[in-house]
Formats: sequence, C-alpha cells, structure tokens
Amino acid sequence: MNSIIFTAAARLLVALLFVFSLFMLLRGHHLPGGGFIGGLIGAVAFIVYSLAAGPAEARLALRISPEVIAMVGLGIALLAGMFSFFMGDPFFTGQWYWVGGDSYETSVFSINTVLVFDIGVYLVVLGGILSLTYAFEEET
Amino acid sequence: MSWVLVMPIAVPFATAVVAYLARNYPAGRWISLAGSALSLVVSAVLMVAVLNEGVVAAQMSNWNAPFGITLVADYLSAVMVVITAITGLATAIYALGEIPEETESLGFYALFQVLIAGVTGAFLTGDLFNLYVWFEVMLIASFSLLVIGGGKERLDAGIKYVALNLVSTLVFLSGIGLLYGVTGTLNMADLREAVANAENQGLITVIAMMFMVGFGVKAAVFPLFFWLPASYHTPYFTISAVFAGLLTKVGVYALMRMFTLVFVGDVGFTHEILIWVSLLTMFTGVIGAAAQSDFRKILSFHIISQIGYMTLGLALFTPLALMGGVFYLVHHIIVKANLFFVAGLAKQYAGSTDLNRIGGLYKSAPLLAALFIIPAFSLAGFPPLSGFWAKYLIVKAALEIDAWFIAFVSLLVGLLTIFSMTKIWGMAFWKPHPDGIDPTPDRAPARVTRAMMIPIIGLASMTIVIGFYPEPFVQFARTAAEQLLDPTDYVTTVLGVQP
Repeated sequence: MNSIIFTAAARLLVALLFVFSLFMLLRGHHLPGGGFIGGLIGAVAFIVYSLAAGPAEARLALRISPEVIAMVGLGIALLAGMFSFFMGDPFFTGQWYWVGGDSYETSVFSINTVLVFDIGVYLVVLGGILSLTYAFEEET
Repeated sequence: MSWVLVMPIAVPFATAVVAYLARNYPAGRWISLAGSALSLVVSAVLMVAVLNEGVVAAQMSNWNAPFGITLVADYLSAVMVVITAITGLATAIYALGEIPEETESLGFYALFQVLIAGVTGAFLTGDLFNLYVWFEVMLIASFSLLVIGGGKERLDAGIKYVALNLVSTLVFLSGIGLLYGVTGTLNMADLREAVANAENQGLITVIAMMFMVGFGVKAAVFPLFFWLPASYHTPYFTISAVFAGLLTKVGVYALMRMFTLVFVGDVGFTHEILIWVSLLTMFTGVIGAAAQSDFRKILSFHIISQIGYMTLGLALFTPLALMGGVFYLVHHIIVKANLFFVAGLAKQYAGSTDLNRIGGLYKSAPLLAALFIIPAFSLAGFPPLSGFWAKYLIVKAALEIDAWFIAFVSLLVGLLTIFSMTKIWGMAFWKPHPDGIDPTPDRAPARVTRAMMIPIIGLASMTIVIGFYPEPFVQFARTAAEQLLDPTDYVTTVLGVQP
C-alpha cells in the first residue's frame, strides 16, 4: 500500500494501539480487559504496521518470530498455573500478594500469578494472530 | 491429589514449548522423546492412584464443581491416558526414523506433543465445554500435522478432514448450548442428575442425537466416516499411526462417556439406533477395505470397521458388552498404530505402499513379516491374540441377550477382516516383487530401520502379552464397565470432592 497519508498515520497509530494493548492487559481481571483482548489489539498494531511498511519490515520490527512468541507465551501461562503447586493448591489457583493492604479495596497494588497467566495469554494471542496474518500477507 | 490428574496434560504441553524452542537442533527430538517417556511415567502414577481409590477427581483453580472445571479419572479414563502415553512414546521413537529435518524445524514435535496433550485432556475432563476445548486443541494440532511437509495430496486430504471435523464440532457445540439451556450445567456428573430431572425429555433425546452425530463424525461411524479414508493415507506414517490409534478413539470414548453417564433416559431409542449404526459401520468398513489395494487405505477402512465393534459394545448396554467395548478400545489402539508402523517400514523396504507395486517382503524381511502377522491376525480376531478376546466378549454379549443377527454380523465381519489381511499378506509379503528386485533393508540407513523397528516390536509384544495373559486386562475392563453402568462413585467423587 503506497499511500503517504496511511504511512504517516500508521506511525502514530501503531504506537497508540500498542500502548493501548498494554493498558488493556494490565487493566484486566478486576475490570474489563485482559490478556486475550490485549493480545488482539497488540496484533492489530503490528498488522497496521505490516500494511504500511510490508510484512518483511514488520517481521524485523517484531524482532522475534511470532511462532516463538506464541510458544513462549504458552510456557509462561503453564508456569503461572504450576506455581500454585508450591502453595499446595490445585492447578491454576490464583496466588495473590497484596501490597499495602489485604484485599482489592484496601491495597495499593498486588503481585499475582493471574497477571503472569494473562501475560502468557497475551503473548500466545499476539504470536498466533501475527503468524497467521504474516503468512497470508507474504504469500499473496 | 489434584496434581496426579494435571501432570499427564501439563507434561506434553511443557514438552511442546521446549521442543519448539529447540526445533532447529538435534536436541529437539530427544526432548520430545524424553517428554513422552515422562508422560508415560506420570500416566502410570495416575493409573496407580485410580487403582487404589476407584475414582479420582480434582477441581481446577479451586472452583468447586459444578462451577469450575473438573478433571476426573475413573478406570476407563485412566487406561485411556496410559494407552495414549504408550502410543505417544512409540510414535516419538518411530518419528526419529521417519521425520526429515526440514519437517522437524517446522515444529513437528511441538505439534505432536500438543496433539497428545489434547487427547489426554479429552480423556480426563469432567466438563462438557472443556471437552469441546480439547477437541479443538486436537483438531488444530492434527490439521497442522496432516499437511506438514506439504504436497497437493496432503492439502487435499487436510481440507476434507478439517471441513468435516468442523461440522462435527459445530453440531457438538450446538448440542452443548441446548443442553446448557435445558439444564443450566455443563459438569458431566451434575448433568446426570439434571438431565434425568429435566421436564422436556423429548428435547433431551434430540440433544442426545446431536451429540451422537457430533461424536459419530469424530469416531468415524456409518454414515459419517468418509473423511477418514480420504485423509489417513497421505501424511507421514508416524502421523497416520498416531491418528489411527488415538483420534477416532476419542470420539468412541466421548460416546461411551456421554451415553452411559448422561443420556440414559431413553436407552430403547438412542442405543437401538447405535446398534444399527454399529452394524452398518462394521460391515461397510470391511467391504470398503476389500475394494482397496493400498496398504494404508485398507488399514484406514479397517479402522472404521473396528470402530463398529466398540460402539456395538456400548449399544448393547449390558455389563459384558461394555466390558468387551472397553477391552476392544485398548486392544485396537495398540494393534492399529502398530499396523501403520509396519506399513511405514514396508515402504522403506519395498519403496511403495501400493500393493500392486511391492512384494517379496517375506523373503527379504522375515522379521517384519512375523511382526506384521501378530497385529494383523490380532485385528482379525485369531486366537490366542488380543483381538480374539475382544471379539469373543462382544459376540458372547450378543449371544447372551439372544441377538443372533448381531453375533452373526460380528463373526462375518471378522471373517472378511481375515480376507483383507491375507490380501496384504499375499501381495506385499509372499508375491515376488513386480520389478524383479529383492526389497532390501539397505534402501534405508540402519539408524532409520532401528528406530522404526523398536516401537513395532514393543507394541507387538504387548499384543502377545494381552493375548496369552488376558485375565488381569479382562478384570480391569470388567471394573471399568461396572463403573460406567453405575456411575454413583463417579458422581459423588466429582460433586463431593473438597479441594
């Protein structure tokens, strides 16, 4: 696509979309959002970039191949689920550590395995969608 | 307790991740092999737990049934998980010989491990929607495995396979939606009660038929089997062996689970249909095989014919018949995967799987000939191999309720199976090679034939062990059938378990 307007706008859009996708990821669990939708928006950012600059350029921008991102994401999600083993809870039980309080309402923020799992999902979705779309764009 | 149930699923997934990251190095294939061996160990641990306690259940994420996802293993699930791990290990060894490096670097081992995880998950889940998810995991992995390596034939087979399986999944999903609408739960143990108490029993029967169609496509029963012979003869032998061994059996397992645990309200209607479906499956499968002259196509049609015996065990719905069905399921996975392994090695030796273009294997590869005889005669039901006991139980169950016609068809199909097996025997092994050459093992490097021979020998000896010493296996199948027919234990363990 050789439109100057689109190429110029894409630069702005890509950054905005990507930041928004991270915002969605971090907002998840207690509010609407989460890893899946975040990963989709993140993938859209890279798809816009690949439409503006071509799939070869977009692959370079991603640095790591999307398939590897997806598999690493799967590994992270699995590890997040396995973590509850050390706490003596069943698989995938969320482990929460509240900082500055003892519940969602009173604490400042929390460290938890649910976010780690969501990051894994984010990477799986991002990698999965991108490996599909790059494959389509490259062959046509 | 819960980790005993999680590990058989988590190990293949973890192996997939590591094997994918190492896909460009020789280490990748050894990681896959080690992962498969570890899967077998954790499956054996699960089996021991089930043998000690009867039924084992666990609530994922600490959400109690029927709200969370439950993993549950009774005798049937446990034996299916173990046999999946055994097939997985055999296939991982066989792949060392057959899969070329280009395919490895596309992520073959990762996909294979995901497939095993999907199959294991389907056997272990106690939640209907989760079962759907595992079906999807299996479908995605199996579609990729079917077309991996490229080629027009493989893509053609892949399209047919994925299209028909998507239809089946759609019917299954619609069934789930309707069932949830009627009962408000998707936990299988909870459904038993909820379905029995549902007001509109007519609608329940309709939903039951939707499940029968959905699982029927997966299991390849008459008249929904045509995707199977269209696709199983194209991929790598490694892959067609694991497909032949495991994928259709997930459909049979799902039928057995749902039609003993949940849909037992109108047995006279649903199981009567299943009897006719089974008989037609057995008969059309074996007749289809008679018309083929390709090693793998004959075997593919025989999968269909044998599936009929298993569903027949379910359809007759007596303790003895179900026991025969369970026994058949286990015996068939071992035998069928092994026959595809043999087909792959025969191709290495003789250069083709078209029976008209090969021959002379008996003279040049007597060991392979002997190893073909064992699973082939077992499949046909020759005493004293494992298939004989499986068929014996089914026929006896039919005679016990004076179903002469069913017993007659079972025996007739057994006879026709021998016909196809002798056809392969005569054309691939006895007849001289049409090119006038001796098929020699030298065509393939020794490393290759060794890797392919080990799983064949291993599975053949399992067939012999089951054949000559069937008592513990029959006892096991008896307990599994009792648990299926009286799932009180299953239901109380799932719903009453405290995490």
